Amino acid sequence: MAHVALADKEQELAHPKTWIGMYVWSQDHKIIGIQYIITATAVGVVALILSGLMRLQLGFPGVFDFIQPDEYYQAVTMHGMIMIVFMLTAFFLGGFGNVLVPLMCGARDMAFPYMNMLSYWVYLLSVIVVCASFFVPEGPTGAGWTLYPPQAITEGTAGADWGIICMTVSLGLFVVAFTMGGLNYVTTAFQARTRGMTLMRMPLSVWGIIMATILGLLAFPALLVSVIMMTLDKTLDTSFFMPAISSLGENLSHEGGSPILFQHLFWFFGHPEVYIVALPAFGIVSDLISTHARKNIFGYRMMVWAIVAIGGLSFVVWAHHMYVSGMNPYFGFFFATTTLIIAVPTAIKVYNWVLTLWRGNIHLTVPMLFAIGFIFTFIHGGITGLFLGNVVVDVPLSDTYFVVGHFHMVMGVSPFLVVFGGIYHWFPLLTGRMLNDAMGKIHFWLTFLGTYAIYLPMHYIGILGVPRRYYANGTTEFLPDSVQAANLSITIAALIVAAAQFLFLINIFWSLFKGRKSPRNPWRATTIEWQTPDYPPKHGNWGKELPVVHRWAYSYSVPGAKEDFIPQNEPPSQYTRGEGDV
Amino acid sequence: MAIAIILIVLVVGSVVFHFMSPWYFTEIASNWTAIDTTVTITSIVCGIVFVAANLFMAYCIIKYRNKDKNQRADYEPENKKLEGWLTAITTVGVVAMLAPGLIVWGKFVSPPENAAIVEVVGQQWQWTFRFPGKDGQLGTTDSRKISIDNPFGMNDEDPYGQDDVLIEGNEVHIPIGLPIKFLLRSKDVLHNFTVPQFRVKMDLVPGMVTWQWLTPTRVGTFEILCEELCGIGHHSMRGKVTVVEEEQFHEWLAQQPTYAMLSAIGPANAQAGQAQYQICAACHGVQGEGNLALNAPKLSGQEDWYLKRQLTYFRDGIRGSNPEDVLGQQMAPMAAGLVNDTLIRDLAAYIQTLPDEPAQQTVQGDVDNGKDLYTTCGKCHGKKGEGRWAVNAPRLAGMSDWYLAAQLRNFKQGIRGAHPQDATGRQMESMVLSLSDQKIDDLVAYINTF
Repeated sequence: MAHVALADKEQELAHPKTWIGMYVWSQDHKIIGIQYIITATAVGVVALILSGLMRLQLGFPGVFDFIQPDEYYQAVTMHGMIMIVFMLTAFFLGGFGNVLVPLMCGARDMAFPYMNMLSYWVYLLSVIVVCASFFVPEGPTGAGWTLYPPQAITEGTAGADWGIICMTVSLGLFVVAFTMGGLNYVTTAFQARTRGMTLMRMPLSVWGIIMATILGLLAFPALLVSVIMMTLDKTLDTSFFMPAISSLGENLSHEGGSPILFQHLFWFFGHPEVYIVALPAFGIVSDLISTHARKNIFGYRMMVWAIVAIGGLSFVVWAHHMYVSGMNPYFGFFFATTTLIIAVPTAIKVYNWVLTLWRGNIHLTVPMLFAIGFIFTFIHGGITGLFLGNVVVDVPLSDTYFVVGHFHMVMGVSPFLVVFGGIYHWFPLLTGRMLNDAMGKIHFWLTFLGTYAIYLPMHYIGILGVPRRYYANGTTEFLPDSVQAANLSITIAALIVAAAQFLFLINIFWSLFKGRKSPRNPWRATTIEWQTPDYPPKHGNWGKELPVVHRWAYSYSVPGAKEDFIPQNEPPSQYTRGEGDV
Repeated sequence: MAIAIILIVLVVGSVVFHFMSPWYFTEIASNWTAIDTTVTITSIVCGIVFVAANLFMAYCIIKYRNKDKNQRADYEPENKKLEGWLTAITTVGVVAMLAPGLIVWGKFVSPPENAAIVEVVGQQWQWTFRFPGKDGQLGTTDSRKISIDNPFGMNDEDPYGQDDVLIEGNEVHIPIGLPIKFLLRSKDVLHNFTVPQFRVKMDLVPGMVTWQWLTPTRVGTFEILCEELCGIGHHSMRGKVTVVEEEQFHEWLAQQPTYAMLSAIGPANAQAGQAQYQICAACHGVQGEGNLALNAPKLSGQEDWYLKRQLTYFRDGIRGSNPEDVLGQQMAPMAAGLVNDTLIRDLAAYIQTLPDEPAQQTVQGDVDNGKDLYTTCGKCHGKKGEGRWAVNAPRLAGMSDWYLAAQLRNFKQGIRGAHPQDATGRQMESMVLSLSDQKIDDLVAYINTF
């Protein structure tokens, strides 16, 4: 049960008195969430531009003389790492996690507001360090986002001196920031829920976010130790990951280390990382679908247990990224089996989303369009994962564009559609204004159709055998000219999708000042973040008294009720008595 | 509504694309047809799920979209029976994909005992190969022993190594119809030995030996790609594997040198080379200083392994045979007289004895800009343009700048490096793709500052 004693500390909350206290050194979870969102978006735009550089080179090889091989590999690396860690992880957990967890649980703020503030500032520092690597001698690391040694720290790779050190330092800082934030989200959700908010009444958004946070708290230490050890290999010539090698004709002093050890550590973090991004998306999209289809989420308990099961299983599948890494091939049997088992709870989630639409009352609002788009892209990305998870099927496809297509569908496009859907949904809650609908729809259609035009062909040129991470294919005998045509069309689609994102940013700025004023609870949602006494909610969220929760989060279209939704905190009456308490 | 129609169009379009797209597996050239079968099984199972789930979603949107104000959704929190059935069907689908996959993987992890051994050695950014020789046993190696005279890092004292056949080029021959176990060894970083037509691939990991096995089933020459990011020249790390009949294979193998033969070659005779050099001196100058008026680059100070390779290329028509390469065509007949490798070795040795004065500088450009560009070049050619034997990158510093600029243009335009046997030239071609004329001048101007 929630602990009211901890939750209701209205008198103890120190309300800031200055502008700086309110918006800069803020301890308000909503402001910190917005700070995370702005920073992650800014660095995400950098990563977006980097992907544009890559696409220009691949679509028009040799035409743009500002993309030399070193710059290409640096763009590949920085695009990947920034998008996965500094953008998506930070946006979902730092952004949505901060804004939603206290509000949806009925808490006044995070359990540790000061540490929450520190978390953001350390995150900002990590972003500054990673961006600083663009300005160091030789530029950022070009080792690929996986940073595999020995390559990442030997001379044949771009940015193998300053670039890689900036990267490892910024990752270390990120882990520190994440740990401070993550402990907060988990503690808040477990200890600071309001009266009546049992675990099985929590909205799935909170379930997704806290499960992802728990994964992060367990997985990021593996990343931290691996970047520390690699930094030592680089600076102090230790040999954690470095065997005796002859680099560009020069015998290095390392001896006895194992490059595969790094890969195990990296993917022990890296695979849960996929779910650190995916689980919040699962949770948020469940709430979007339920709210806009005016129907309870189908199979709530199953959805919760699926999140927990996926989270647990995600720690025993990591080596499916390493089937052709040279590890003992017998591991393939185990990891293929665990990986395909994870498909079952994941498939259940997909079925339940679709079954929520079934017999619903579907309002095709902009958030709903993004949610439907997500289901489509996630099904696509999910089933291609079954190819790559099944060890022997993976072998011909590994390291080709099939992989690039797969992971962009499943952890690029899909989570981004949820990010956008979530922003269209919750923007009014934070600003009191609605985002522009027409611009939102154009944004959706260009993004949804454009990304499919990018990634569908990638799967097929991958099956043909086009390798990933190639600056240029050059004259490769088995590649017909049509591959270049595919690359050209992918580049054009990518540029259109990139442009559409700027339209989205324009929408945000325009609506912030000129957007239609939002009525209270514009989507007629049941969850309590919409039921605050002040709208938008102020510091402390709940005014004088904490809300009391009487039912689960999905009382939509309850038979006999006057409205087609009953807020979680509405007192029970003749028709409404703790529905869905299962 | 539009979204439902679009979903249907996307589903139908994706299925049509799957069957009509010009891109699918290359024609297989190994025994691993079972891998293709598992891919087909997975495609069918996944394809059914993709079509069914998305079409059902489209149906729901059409049928249950909000049409009037009083419309209400159903209220049904759970349906255990339906959830149970869906879980069961999914599990069946997963097993249908996993079981055949694991059976085929079982074959992958158990190479036949009679498989022939071929060692593949990877390094930034080239492939070399080693066969065990008559004793059927590979000699031991040690990365500490790798040097310009012993690029394979062979262990001198190991008797098994003496008859090992060393293939220093990037092309290897293998016989058709016999199982082959490739032992994979890397000298520096991770690489991945991939021949798309063989289907199987495996990383090369420094510090250990990995392997993969296959039986070639089709005669032909196939491209070897590196598929594990290995640095700035990753995309240019190419090789060739030629599958031939067993008889031809043995003929080919017999022509390749063993380690013992290579280590028995004595030092070159610079004095003998001096006589050869007389003919070169007419254009390149008595001191090898070069002559711009005659389009002859400076030779003195250039490393001998590079001179030897280029002389061989000119002699064998690998370089200087392109009709657009006017200057190369002048050089080719000059090298034709170097009928055997000893002559070339002696000549290169003599050039090493010539005094090395920096060449006159003739190219102007933006040095700062050139410095940025040189980051890529320096990985192979060295930070000060000193050249690196291990990556076949010649010295640039202090050499004829007009010649460097001209050669960069040739590479860029495919005049040099296009010959199928010019592996290193091809590599260079793929590195200079995006250099404009102005950038070439900037780059050379920066190299002039060394």
